[in-house]
Amino acid sequence: MALEFPDDLKYLDTHEYARVDEDETIVTVGISAFALDQLGDIVFLELPDVGDTVEKGETFGTVESVKAVEDLKSPVNGDVLERNEAIVVSPEQIADDPYGDAWLIKIKADNLEDLDDAMSADEYREQVEGG
Amino acid sequence: MTSLRTPLYDLSADLKARFTEFAGWDMPVQYSGIKHEHHAVRTAAGMFDISHMGKFFLRGQGVLAALQKLVPSDLSPLQPGLAQYTVLLNPQGGIIDDLIIYYQGTDTDGTERVAVIVNAATTDKDKAWMREHLPAAMEFEDGSRDRVLIAVQGPEAIAQLQRVTAEDLAQVGRFGHIAGTVLGQPAWLARTGYTGEDGFEVMVAAATGQALWQTLHENGVTPCGLGARDTLRLEAAMALYGQDISDNTTPLEAGLKWLVHLERAGNFMGRAVLERQMTEGLSRRLVGLQMAGRNIARHDYPVVQAGEAIGIVTSGTLSPTLGYPIALAYVTSAFAKVGQTLAVEIRGKAYPAQVVKKPFYKRSS
Repeated sequence: MALEFPDDLKYLDTHEYARVDEDETIVTVGISAFALDQLGDIVFLELPDVGDTVEKGETFGTVESVKAVEDLKSPVNGDVLERNEAIVVSPEQIADDPYGDAWLIKIKADNLEDLDDAMSADEYREQVEGG
Repeated sequence: MTSLRTPLYDLSADLKARFTEFAGWDMPVQYSGIKHEHHAVRTAAGMFDISHMGKFFLRGQGVLAALQKLVPSDLSPLQPGLAQYTVLLNPQGGIIDDLIIYYQGTDTDGTERVAVIVNAATTDKDKAWMREHLPAAMEFEDGSRDRVLIAVQGPEAIAQLQRVTAEDLAQVGRFGHIAGTVLGQPAWLARTGYTGEDGFEVMVAAATGQALWQTLHENGVTPCGLGARDTLRLEAAMALYGQDISDNTTPLEAGLKWLVHLERAGNFMGRAVLERQMTEGLSRRLVGLQMAGRNIARHDYPVVQAGEAIGIVTSGTLSPTLGYPIALAYVTSAFAKVGQTLAVEIRGKAYPAQVVKKPFYKRSS
């Protein structure tokens, strides 16, 4: 079964995705289907609190599978507007809908140009499936 | 260096297993998912390719007496068809490896036949140690590379295996073993395992192993990888060599006192250190920890108490059966009592935990 990488998202080489909202001010961050497939069963998520500042390329949280702990990197500088409490409580459901219900945090971005060097869906697919 | 592959590699690849390098072998870490595989073993039956484990066959006069000098467990109760879980000790009382010694029988000329199954990562080390310390006249065959070893584990494991063998498996007790057949081919079956469930470990030739794997799979046994093997053994508080036990930990520190028979085992390697620890007490002990919250303690995380480092986590996971994080950790003996509260430092923050009884999980039957 081929993994999906929606075209309207930007992707980091550390496997987070970023979705820019219609007002172009808020960035929703989640984990790509590829990374979730690699990690296997997710058992724990640690996310920043609302109001925390996050920095582009810096760790904002962690995701744990049964076997491994991975840092989560922010795609932009900004402030955390919202975090997905439902997915923190039930992290095992994250792979069911990674691009929908299983988003992690929403960031009020300082500058969307932070995303200019992130990958398109095609570029990301090339990276994870090409090699 | 390319990794070794077991004779079951292609069958696992066909099942879309994810592989990982382990002790020089390319081994399946998961098939359908660690949790799913874990629950299959707890509720039905799972099978593991453990062909990577070290498999030695010792033949000669006085093999058991020679082995007795290397382990702290009394081997004299061993009868043909029985096995003993124990540890190889170095002169400092540290654990060279944990292993199972299977006494297969004695020929009419007095030749004892013994099989020894050891960890994959320590196969070469154990082999060198045993060859150095066992009689040179003894025959030592290393079957580690060519024999298939499949562990079938879970409440339905015996019934599943009974479908492919003529031997009456119910007659084989815990830590018992028999030479017989599966699928009409020579096989050796031992009622041992590393999951906390009932089951057998079956050793066969490569082709028989492939046929057995496929037949068990068709009959509904769930293929399981090293990931589930680790969560299962940790719930059962079984030590993982290289993590929970090592050359620098003694069996007493590791909570393996039940393997140390000072009165009966004679003058084995490392005895003086264990005697001293028995008299003077232990400075640290391996304990079971239950985390109060959802944060998972992992290997090498510090254990703290009132701001002081008092120990180190050796293994940790979210227990799939219990639903909360569990861990094994060495802590200063003063903090090793069941009920003791302490904390594990996870990414710079201390999270509360409690010392609990081991094992974390025990099967009901």
